[in-house]
Amino acid sequence: MNAPLTRLSASELAARIHAREISAVEVARAHLERITAVDPVVHAFLHLDAERALAAATATDEGLQRGDPPASPLAGVPLALKDVFTTVDMPTTCGSQILQGWRPPYDATVTRRLREAGVVILGKTNMDEFAMGSSTENSAFGPTRNPWDLERVPGGSGGGSAAAVAAFEVPIAIGTDTGGSIRQPSAVTGTVGVKPTYGGVSRYGLVAFSSSLDQGGPVARTVLDAALLHQVIGGHDPLDSTSIDAPVPPVVQAARAGADGDLRGVRVGVISQFRGEGYQPGVLRAFELAISRLRELGAQVIEVSCPSFDHAMPAYYLIAPSECSSNLARFDGMRYGLRIGDDGSRSAEEVMALTREAGFGPEVKRRIMLGTYALSAGYYDAYYGQAQKVRTLIIRDFAAAFEQVDVLVSPTTPTTAFRIGERVDDPLAMYLSDLCTIPSNLAGNAALSVPAGLSDEDGLPVGLQVIAPALADDRAYRVAAAYEVARDAAEGGPLAQRLPGLAGESIPGPDMAEVVGL
Amino acid sequence: MPTISRDEVAHLARLARLAVTEEELDLFAGQLEVILTSVARVSEVAAEDIPPTSHAVGLTDVYRADIPRPGLTQEQALSGAPASEAGRFRVPRILDES
Amino acid sequence: MSADVLDSLDYDEVLARFEPVLGLEVHVELSTATKMFCGCANVFGAPPNTQVCPTCLGLPGSLPVLNGAAVESAMRIGLALNCSIAPWCRFARKNYFYPDMPKNFQTSQYDEPIALNGSLEVHLADGTTFTVAIERAHMEEDTGKSLHVGGATGRIHGASHSLLDYNRAGVPLIEIVTKPIVGAGERAPEIARAYVTTLRDLLRALDVSDVRMDQGSLRCDANVSLMPRGSSTFGTRTETKNVNSLRSVERAVRHEMCRQAAVLAAGGEIVQETRHFDEATGTTSAGRRKETSEDYRYFPEPDLVPIAPSDERVERLRATLPELPWQRRARVQAEWGLSEAELRDLVNAGALELIAATVDAGASSAEARSWWVAYLAQQANSRGVELAELAITPAQVARVIALVAAGTLTNNLARQVVDGILAGEGEPDEVIAARGLAVVSDDAELTAAVEQALAAQPDVAEKIRGGKVAAAGAIVGAVMRATGGQADAQRVRELVLALVSA
Repeated sequence: MNAPLTRLSASELAARIHAREISAVEVARAHLERITAVDPVVHAFLHLDAERALAAATATDEGLQRGDPPASPLAGVPLALKDVFTTVDMPTTCGSQILQGWRPPYDATVTRRLREAGVVILGKTNMDEFAMGSSTENSAFGPTRNPWDLERVPGGSGGGSAAAVAAFEVPIAIGTDTGGSIRQPSAVTGTVGVKPTYGGVSRYGLVAFSSSLDQGGPVARTVLDAALLHQVIGGHDPLDSTSIDAPVPPVVQAARAGADGDLRGVRVGVISQFRGEGYQPGVLRAFELAISRLRELGAQVIEVSCPSFDHAMPAYYLIAPSECSSNLARFDGMRYGLRIGDDGSRSAEEVMALTREAGFGPEVKRRIMLGTYALSAGYYDAYYGQAQKVRTLIIRDFAAAFEQVDVLVSPTTPTTAFRIGERVDDPLAMYLSDLCTIPSNLAGNAALSVPAGLSDEDGLPVGLQVIAPALADDRAYRVAAAYEVARDAAEGGPLAQRLPGLAGESIPGPDMAEVVGL
Repeated sequence: MPTISRDEVAHLARLARLAVTEEELDLFAGQLEVILTSVARVSEVAAEDIPPTSHAVGLTDVYRADIPRPGLTQEQALSGAPASEAGRFRVPRILDES
Repeated sequence: MSADVLDSLDYDEVLARFEPVLGLEVHVELSTATKMFCGCANVFGAPPNTQVCPTCLGLPGSLPVLNGAAVESAMRIGLALNCSIAPWCRFARKNYFYPDMPKNFQTSQYDEPIALNGSLEVHLADGTTFTVAIERAHMEEDTGKSLHVGGATGRIHGASHSLLDYNRAGVPLIEIVTKPIVGAGERAPEIARAYVTTLRDLLRALDVSDVRMDQGSLRCDANVSLMPRGSSTFGTRTETKNVNSLRSVERAVRHEMCRQAAVLAAGGEIVQETRHFDEATGTTSAGRRKETSEDYRYFPEPDLVPIAPSDERVERLRATLPELPWQRRARVQAEWGLSEAELRDLVNAGALELIAATVDAGASSAEARSWWVAYLAQQANSRGVELAELAITPAQVARVIALVAAGTLTNNLARQVVDGILAGEGEPDEVIAARGLAVVSDDAELTAAVEQALAAQPDVAEKIRGGKVAAAGAIVGAVMRATGGQADAQRVRELVLALVSA
C-alpha cells in the first residue's frame, strides 16, 4: 500500500492524516522507503534524517490522537528542504565544500515555520553551489538527475527539490529563486514551482546568494499544494528588513477558486519577447497549446511587448554576481566551515585565500570575480550602476503591462531539460536557461511555473510561466489552478503521474484510476 | 568591448581572496571576457534620466526596537569554529593592515 | 634612517615655515541597549563571545535589522551639530577582508550620510572661539576585538596567532568628520583638543554615549598635513590613530606637525599613511604601508531599506534636544553671576559641566564651584588626569556638600570622604561608614575630651578664665586632634567656654 501514499498530493495526505485514516508516521515511512529506492539514482538529497522526521510525524499523530486540531493544513506532511536554509538539527552546506558538515546554531524562519506547522522535514536537497547554476551540476556533492530522463539535468539551482517532488520522494519541497532557481527546475521536471513576491517569504536563515533577488518559495505537484505551502512559510518576519508587513495574499483561496476552471474576465498577456528565436519548437508548441486552453477557459489573451526584457539577463549577470561577491566574502575559514593551510606559518590572509580557492567551485569563483570586477572603482557606474537602471526599466515595463493585463505568461524556460554535461563548459549557454524567469526577480513580482505537458519532440516536461504583479501572487495561482484542471482533463490526468519508472525502482506504476479518482 | 587580462584576473582574485592557479588565470580571463562582452549590453540603455533601483520593494524606515534579545551562548558561537581558544575564535596570525 | 629620529624642528620654526591643516574623525560608540543590527546587548567587558548572535557573528543566512534608537541618536547628534538631516539615505557595504569583521564587509553609510554640513564652535584658553566646520556624521558598525598571541606584549607584529572576540562586533558607531581645518596656525593642537573636548561634552549632554576615551567609546583619528606658508595647496596627510585621551589629541597633532616639518625641511616627502600614537613617548610611528590602494567596492546594502525621516519627525526630534553645553554656559553665567573671565576659567578647567551637574544634583553653585576648582582640581592635577576623568560623579560631590550642610561632616572630614570615593571605596555614605568619619556630636564624649585637654594645659585654662577667650583655640585644637578631626569645632568651643567658667 506504500505506492499509492507517495503518489498522493500533500492536500490529500493531510486530509487523510487529519481524519486519522492514515498516520503521519506511515506517510513519512512510505516516503523514506521511496527515497531509499530511488534516490541512489536521482540523488535529490544531501542529508536525510529519518529519525527526527519520524519523531516529528509521531508528534503530529499524538496531537491528533489527543484531539488537538492539526497545527496547520499541512501538519504531518513530509517535505524536502533546499540545503540553503539553516537547520539546527541537520548540516547546511549550500552544495559547497566550504560548508561541508556545518551545523548552524539557529533555524531559518522558513525552517521554524515549517516545524511549527507540523510539516515533517525528511531532509535537505541538493543544489548548485550557493544556488549558482541552472542544472545542479555545480553541486560539490555530485549532480541530481532528472527523474524524467536520468541522463538529463533537473534544472537548477534547486534541482534537488524539484527532482524529489517529481520522483515522488516527497509531495512538497522548498526552493529558492534568485533568477529562476525554483521555476526553471519545476518546468523541466514537470512540477509546480512558485517564486513569491520579493519580501513575501522571510530570507532570515536563507544563505544569501544575491540579497535583492533571492526569494524562497514552494515546489509541489499541484497548484493547491504549492499554495498551502506558500501560506505556511509566507508572511511578515521582523528578522528580515525586506519582509513585507502585510498578510500573505489569499493564495489558497485563489488556487481553490481557480480549480473551478473559469477565467472569464481575466486578461492574460503573452510577452512577445519570450517566444521567438532560440526557443525549442516543442516548447513553443506546448506553450501555444497552453494559450489556447487559457482562451477556452474564458481568458482574454493579448500580446504585450516588454522591450527592456532584452536587457534583463545582462543586468542580472551584473547584479547577482556583485551581491554574491560580497555575500560570500564571509566564507573565509575563520569562524566556521572549511579551513585550509593553517600550518602555523601562514597568515590569516593566506589561509583565507587557500580556503576559498579549495572550498569554492569554478562557477562560484567565476561569479565572485565577475562581481568583484563590476563593483570595482572605475567600473561601478558602467556595470553595476547601469544594471540598476535596467532594473528600473524592467519595473516600468511590468507596470505598463499590468495596466493592460492581469497576468503575463511565457514559456518558463526556452528548452526542455538538457543533457548532463552539455553546458558545463559554456557559461553563457547555461545562463540562457533563465532568460524568461529573470525579469520577475529584478522587479520583485510574483511568478510561477506550472506543467504545460510534454514537448512533442523529446517527451520532456515543459513549463508555463504565469507572472502577477507584486503582492498579487493569488492572481498567478488562480490562473495556474484553472489551467492545471483544464490540462489534466484534456490529457487524462496530471502530468506528474506520467513519470516513467526509475532505474532500480521495483514498485509498479500507480493505478491511475485510483489516484485521479480520489 | 571589454577585455580582461590575466593580470586583471590576478588582481581580482587578490581582492576576492582566491588563491587561483595559473591554469585558472587563463581559464577565467577567457570566460570573464566572454561574459563581460555579453553583459556590456546594459550600457546601451539610456542613462541620465533613469534612476537606479537597488530595492525592488519600496519599503523605507524598517526599525527594530532597542530591546535586547537572547543570542547565542559562547559554546554555540564557537560550535563551528575550525579552532578556538579561551572562549575565542583562534585564527592564524593577522597581518597589520591599518 | 628614520625621520622620526630627526624630530627636532622647534615648534616656532615649524609655524614660521608651514601652515597646518587638520581633519578630525571621531568615532563614537552609542550607548544604546542593543547593537546596531541585532538584539545583542551593547555592553562593555562581558566574557568573550557571549554577546553575540547569528547576525553579529555574520553567520550564513543571518540578516541585519536596524536599531531605531541608534538612528534617533544619530539624528540628534546631527541636529546638535547644526547639520541638515538627509531626507533619504542608505547604508552601503564596505568590502574588505579582515578577521575582526565577521562578514568581511562593514555595513556603513558611505556617500549618503544621515547628517551633513554642520559646525561646532569651540572655546579656547585665550577667550577666543573657533568654528570647526563639520562635513558629515554617519552611522556604521564596530568590529570585533583581536588578541594577538605569541608576539611581544600582545602586539600584532610577531604574533603566532590571534584570538577573536566578537562582543563588540556590530556595536553602533557614529563617525563625525570635520571639513579641513585651515587657519589654526599655532593653535592647531589646542583646537584639536578643544574640538574633541567640546564634542565629548555635547555627546554627554545628549546622553547618547559613555564618551569614555579610555574604554574606546570615543576614538579620535587625527589627519595632519602641512602646507608651506603662502601656499593654498594642501600637503600630503597622515592619519594618526590610537589617540586615547584628550591630552593625546593635542600631543599627537603637535608631534605630527613637528615630525612632518622636519621631514619636509630636510627635503623629504610625506608618505600618505596611517600612523600610531604612542602615549608613553608622545610620538607617532608608521603602520604597515599598503602596497595597493584599497578598493572597497561600496554598493548599497541590499539587506536594509532606506532611511527616510519626515520633516515632522526631524522637527520633533529637534524639539527634544536637551540644553546643549553652550546654551548651558550662557545660562549659568547669568544665574551664577560670573564674569567672562570667571566663566572662561571654569570652562578651561573643564569644570563648568561638572559644576552644573553638581548644582543639578542639589548643591549650591558656590559650594559646587568651590569643590571642583579647589580640592578636586588639586586631586586631578596630582594624578595627571582631567577633572572629568576623576572617579567621582557630580552626584557624589553634591551628596558630600549636603552632608557638610547638615553638620554630619566637617570640611576636613568631607575631604577624607572625597579621598575615599576617589580611591574607589564607594558612595559617600559607604565611605563614611567604612572609615568611621561622621562628626562626633555626643556631648558626653566631647565633654570628657575637653576636660582632659584642660587638665593637660592648666595654664591655658587659667588664661581663658582670665578673660583671654582667644586662648580657647589651643584647647579646641587639642580636642580636634584627640578626636581625629571628627568633632564639630564650634560645639567644642562652646563646651570649653562653658567648662572653664563653671
